[in-house]
Amino acid sequence: MSTAVIPATLAPAIRPGRSLWQDAWARLRKNHLAVACGFVLIAVVLICFVGPRLSPWNPEVTNLALKASPPGTMETLADGSMAKHWFGTDTLGRDLLTRIMRGGQVSLMVGLVATSVALLIGVAYGATAGYLGGRTDAVMMRFVDVLYALPFMIFVILLTTMFGKSMLLMYMAIGAVEWLTMSRIVRAQVQGLARQEFVEAARSLGLSTAVILFRHIIPNVLGPVIVYATLTVPAVMLLEAALSFLGLGVQPPDSSWGTLIDDGATNMETSPWLLIYPAAFFSITLFCLNFAGDGLRDALDVRGGKD
Amino acid sequence: MLRFTLNRLAQSIVVILVVFSLTFFMIRLAPGDPFASPKAMPPDVRKVLVERYGLDKPLAVQYFTTMGSYLKGDLLPSMSYQGMWNSKIIKDAFPISLIIGLSALGVALGLGLPAGIIAAVRKNTWLDYGPMSLALIGICLPTFVMGPILIAIFGLKWRLFNVAGWFEKTDWVLPAVTMGLIYAAYIARMTRGGMLEVLNQDYIRTARAKGVPGWRVVLVHALRGGLLPVVAFLGPALAGITTGSFIIEKIFNLPGLGQHFVSSVFNRDYSLILATVVLYAVLLVAVNFLTDLLVAWINPKVRLS
Repeated sequence: MSTAVIPATLAPAIRPGRSLWQDAWARLRKNHLAVACGFVLIAVVLICFVGPRLSPWNPEVTNLALKASPPGTMETLADGSMAKHWFGTDTLGRDLLTRIMRGGQVSLMVGLVATSVALLIGVAYGATAGYLGGRTDAVMMRFVDVLYALPFMIFVILLTTMFGKSMLLMYMAIGAVEWLTMSRIVRAQVQGLARQEFVEAARSLGLSTAVILFRHIIPNVLGPVIVYATLTVPAVMLLEAALSFLGLGVQPPDSSWGTLIDDGATNMETSPWLLIYPAAFFSITLFCLNFAGDGLRDALDVRGGKD
Repeated sequence: MLRFTLNRLAQSIVVILVVFSLTFFMIRLAPGDPFASPKAMPPDVRKVLVERYGLDKPLAVQYFTTMGSYLKGDLLPSMSYQGMWNSKIIKDAFPISLIIGLSALGVALGLGLPAGIIAAVRKNTWLDYGPMSLALIGICLPTFVMGPILIAIFGLKWRLFNVAGWFEKTDWVLPAVTMGLIYAAYIARMTRGGMLEVLNQDYIRTARAKGVPGWRVVLVHALRGGLLPVVAFLGPALAGITTGSFIIEKIFNLPGLGQHFVSSVFNRDYSLILATVVLYAVLLVAVNFLTDLLVAWINPKVRLS
C-alpha cells in the first residue's frame, strides 16, 4: 500500500486554527438580534450610571408646585434657565427620568451582586460535588434537591425581612437562593471533566484537590457558567422588582425600577407616564438580557440551561 | 414504580419538615415582633398577649408545641387578627387564590398548547413567527407590568371588567389572564420545541406512510412525546402561579391567601406566616409529586432510571 498523498488542490483549504472563543465570537456576531441587544444594554447602563451626572435635576428634591406633571413640562432652575422634565414628574414633583436612572442603578446592581453570589456558591458547590463524586456527591445533590422543592419566593421574602433594611444583605439573600441550577449545571460538566487525562495528570503530579478544581477544572466549565450567569441576571432583577413591588424590597427614600413601577401602577389612572416609562425601561432591559444570554448560549454551543 | 413513589413520598415529607422549621426560626430572627406595631401598646397588655401566645417560653418548647398542634391538624390562632383562627382565615381566602390559579393555568394551557402545536406543524410560516414573536414579548413582560396594561385597556377604557376587588362573577378574568399569559408564552415555546423534535422521528414517518390521517399523527402520535417538556414544566409553573398570587392579588386587590401572607410578613404574625407557608409547601410538594408521577407514566425511561 502506498502512503496517502494530500492533493495539492486541497492544501490552500487548510486555514489557521481558531480557538473556541474566536469561533464563538464569530457566531455571536452573526446573531444580529443578540448584538443589537448587547448595544441596548450598554446604552441602558450608560444612561443609568452617567445620566444622573448630566441631568439638571436631583432625583430626591421634591417640588410640590409641579406634582405629577406630564412629560415635557418645563421648570425654571435655580440659576434662572429653563429645563425640561422629559418624562414628566412624579406625585412629589421629582423628575421621573432622573429617578428612573437612579432606580436603574439599584436594579442593575442587584442583578450583578446577586448573580455574583449565586455564581460563587453554585460553581464552588457544583464543582466540589462533581469532582469528589460517590457518596459525597449523592448527599450534596440530595440537599440541592430538597432546596429545589422549597417554595423559594417565600424564602426570599423571609430572608429579606430577616436582614431588614440592609440593601447589600438583601441582594446577597437573593443570590443565596439562586445558585441551585448553577450548581447542577457545573456538577454535570465537572463530572465529565474529572475523568479526562489532563486531570489524571494533575493528580499524578500530586496537586491538591483545591488546586486541581480551581486551576484545571473550573476554567473548563466557563462557557456554560457565563451563559447561565447571563440568564440569571434578568431572573434576579425580576425577583427584586417583584419584592419591591410588594413593598418588601428596596425601601424609600431609595428606589428601584420595582418601586417605580409600583408607584406608577398606583397612579396609573391619573398619570399613566409614571407607569409607562419605568415599565418600558425594565421590560426592555429584561428582554435584552434574555436575548443576549440566548445568543451567548448558541454561540458557545451550550446545551441545557433553564429549559 | 412503587419504589419510585415511596422514594418521592419520603422526600416530600422531608421538604415539608424543612419548610416548617426554617420558617419557624427565620421569622423569629427577623427584627420586630407581632405586637410591636403600629401604635405603642401598654406594657401590661403586651405581657398578657405574649403569655397567651406562649412567646415567653423557650424557643425549643414553642417549636415542639407548635409542631404538636400542626400534627393534630390545629393551625393555631392568628396573632395579628385577634380572635381569628388561621384555619378560618385560610378557608376564606384560599378558594379565591385557587380559582385564580387554576383559571390562570387554564389560560396558559388553552393558549400555549394550540399555539405551540400549530407553530411546530406550520414551521417557518407566519403561523409560526406570529405566535412565537408574541410569546417572546410575553416572557419579558412581568405580571406587574402586564396587569396594569390589561386594567388600563379592559377596565378603564372599555369598562368590561372591574378594575380591582372581588365582587362580581367576572372578577377572576383579568387576574387569571394576567398570570396565565406569561406561562402561555413559556408553554407555547416548549410545546413547539418538543413537537419539532418528535415530528422528525421515524415512527412519525411510519405512521404517515401507513396512511394515518395528518391530524391524528399530530394529535395522537406526536403529542404524547412532544408534551413531555410541558408536563415537566407544570410543576414549576404551578409553583410560580401559587407564589405569583402575591403580586396578582396586590395588583387587583383580591382578598386571597397571597395578600394575607404578605401582610402577615409585614405584621410579623408568626403563626399566620407559618400556617400559610406550610400550606404553600404542602401544595407545591403535592404538585411536584403528581407531575413526577405523570412524567414517569408518560416516559418509561424516567421510571427505570
